[in-house]
Amino acid sequence: MSLKNLVAKTGQLSRFILRLDRIRIPLWLVGISFFTLIVPPAFKELYASQQERDVMAETMQNPAMIAMVGPGDLANYTVGAMTAHQMLLMTAVVAGLMSILLVTRHTRADEEDGRIEMIRSLPAGRLSYLNATLIVSLITCIVLALINGVGLYGLGIESMDLEGSMLYGTALGATALFFAGVTAIFAQLTESSRGTIGYSLAVLLGAYLFRGITDVSNESLSWISPLGWVTKAEVYSANNWWPIVLMVGASFVLFVVANYLNAIRDLERGFMPSKPGRKYASRFLQSPMGLALRLQKTGLIAWAVGMYILGASYGSVFGDMEGFFQSNEMMAQLLQEAEGASLTEQFLPMLMVVITLLATVPPIMAINKLRGEEKKGRLDHLLGRAVSRVELMGGYLIISILNGFVMVSLAAIGLWSAAAAVMDDPLSFSTVYGAAMGYYPAILVMIGVASFIIGFVPKWTNFIWMYVLFSFFVLYLGGLFDFPEWVGKLTPYGFVPQAPIEEVTFMPLFLLSVLGVALIFAGLAGFRRRDLE
Amino acid sequence: MSVLTVKNLTKKFGKFTALDGVNLEVNSGEIFGFIGPNGAGKSTTIRVLLGILKATEGDIKVFGKDAWADAVEIHKRVAYVPGDVNLWPNLTGGEVIDLFVKLRGSNNQSRREELIKKFDLDPTKKCRTYSKGNRQKVALIAAFSSDADLYILDEPTSGLDPLMENVFQECVMDVKKQGKSVLLSSHILSEVEKLCDKVGIIRQGKIIETGSLSELRHLTRTQILVDTKQPITGLSELKGIHEVIESEQGLSFQVDTEEMDEVMKYISQFSIIKIESAPPTLEDLFMRHYEGTETASDTGVGGGK
Repeated sequence: MSLKNLVAKTGQLSRFILRLDRIRIPLWLVGISFFTLIVPPAFKELYASQQERDVMAETMQNPAMIAMVGPGDLANYTVGAMTAHQMLLMTAVVAGLMSILLVTRHTRADEEDGRIEMIRSLPAGRLSYLNATLIVSLITCIVLALINGVGLYGLGIESMDLEGSMLYGTALGATALFFAGVTAIFAQLTESSRGTIGYSLAVLLGAYLFRGITDVSNESLSWISPLGWVTKAEVYSANNWWPIVLMVGASFVLFVVANYLNAIRDLERGFMPSKPGRKYASRFLQSPMGLALRLQKTGLIAWAVGMYILGASYGSVFGDMEGFFQSNEMMAQLLQEAEGASLTEQFLPMLMVVITLLATVPPIMAINKLRGEEKKGRLDHLLGRAVSRVELMGGYLIISILNGFVMVSLAAIGLWSAAAAVMDDPLSFSTVYGAAMGYYPAILVMIGVASFIIGFVPKWTNFIWMYVLFSFFVLYLGGLFDFPEWVGKLTPYGFVPQAPIEEVTFMPLFLLSVLGVALIFAGLAGFRRRDLE
Repeated sequence: MSVLTVKNLTKKFGKFTALDGVNLEVNSGEIFGFIGPNGAGKSTTIRVLLGILKATEGDIKVFGKDAWADAVEIHKRVAYVPGDVNLWPNLTGGEVIDLFVKLRGSNNQSRREELIKKFDLDPTKKCRTYSKGNRQKVALIAAFSSDADLYILDEPTSGLDPLMENVFQECVMDVKKQGKSVLLSSHILSEVEKLCDKVGIIRQGKIIETGSLSELRHLTRTQILVDTKQPITGLSELKGIHEVIESEQGLSFQVDTEEMDEVMKYISQFSIIKIESAPPTLEDLFMRHYEGTETASDTGVGGGK
């Protein structure tokens, strides 16, 4: 078969994929660009003088921060250098994630569902769909690079010149392109879209962690990680283009390998055969709750690990914060010590809001899984047998309630253990754990709202995410935008006393718990009475 | 003794009436065939029977208990196979079978192994890799390896090959021998004809015909092919004659069952050389119910939810 035949109709298919993703791709692009572009003006506002930026640079000068955001030009910490240091790597990881999801969607996922079979039965080439996907990825990456490059330059901040800005954008685009290549290869190797996403994510996270470890221990070794190349571009200081050129070159090599692998394999087969599973169900699986737990097992473990790491990474900066306050008298005067709480302890409530809001996500996913199963028509199998609706939903609720508890606990333990390791005068465990657990009743209310929606207006199940997002904006940005107090009270988190600064009173927590439990039971009652889809 | 009785079942989804006064009865040891075109209300009826949907009106009893309120008690004695089997992609077939059997409350390990062999299923494969037919096998094995008293099967064979269809029919006959009841919704009419004692036809949410096959056949026509020495004349003037076609083999036509005697007497005057008659098939019966009331393209049968 000639090359022309192998890729026949690629152009048409590219336009088709662009049409399919005409909302998805712009959303990703807008989301990533938005977070890139709001940060430099905020930095300029918050750290107006070089002196303030140098103070910031000082707090960045520790292994924990280097592991998290990479090395930066701390000696010359302009707004540009600060943005590149604190934002570029994280944004590049998100851009990589975008590519993984978009490419999987049109490679292995389409193949698994038999859609590629349909395409192949048409007069399109064997490699056309893969290359159409890669072309769409390439276009997406170029647009991403241009929006961010031009956008950053357009902010008109002194330290952000055209070259640096274009390099910033290109670094994002190149990372996205590289992971498009990685995903395209795993789409050939594995036999399922879950496998493709899983392995590609593992490479992304592995690259991030490896870079973190080597950036701290031996910086030349972090050349092995493609994400290391992003920080080595030294955007807005040295402006090295060639690590990014290397990245683009490597991406095209990955594309060629993916094409080769695709050409030599059979449709719907992979090179990593899926291993056979169990022949019999374990005792653990054989109940509605066991099944619900089993279905969420992987996600649950991933979230648990993630929450611990999140807590630990917050905790790891406490040591530097302590030193920072001790050495900075002005700051100490500014932040007057609240009664009974040290300066570092005053940072706890703000961290706790972020941590507990994130810890709300997995329990809500756990209860919403019930609705997901209903929509896929798999609840019929259970309800067609000797399983009552209360037992079924009850199982999901118990998992969700325990899940929230475990997530908050793990984050708190992570924060406490990391803080204890780096502080001279460590926080007590009960202070940290207590501050976190104060938010648990608010999480119960969120689970209650989700369960109520599932019980009465199941079509609106995803509305709960809007509420979570709303809570996040109100609480996280509330202080910044100076919202009136009643806005904060529109979310259950607004009622939680901010331990250890505020006194913890029993009443609000008790009332939140009662409300949460009442909503949960109402949801159960609604689920018992309504038609299933 | 009746295992399942449905009286005046009405189900509305908003303003749309999906089921309009449905009546059904299945007795113990009976196989009841439930047929009707796409969207007629077969699956909706079954989902009401299983307590997954709540009836707007009507009295639905399974084993004498209320299908909605006593769903769990009832389901301990019911095995259900849906038409569109969706399974959890990351569990193996073996795990799903065990889970289903366990959730029904009974366990028959040897029967499980026997059925896995009979249906030729690899239980170690993840459900995501199964074809439609294989997913259906999982549901069928789970159903038949549990000791239920009523089997509710919603188009259970739509993805099976003829060999597996035979295995399925054996399984159904087996449970019938044990005195159990089956409600079989199907669009494979030959299968219904072979297995069912009684048939109910549903259309636009109403049961339009119900009874044993022989009762229903009375309502239909017999296909006759006859060759005579003298050409038959004036046949089409007789009552109950339809679709007369002349061919090389002779004259073929359909006769209403109640007019059979008159017609036979009439054509015997023309000295019969050869006569062939075919009993009315369920398909003829089915088609006849829709003739004139719907366009030809709408007379398909079966379908999903």
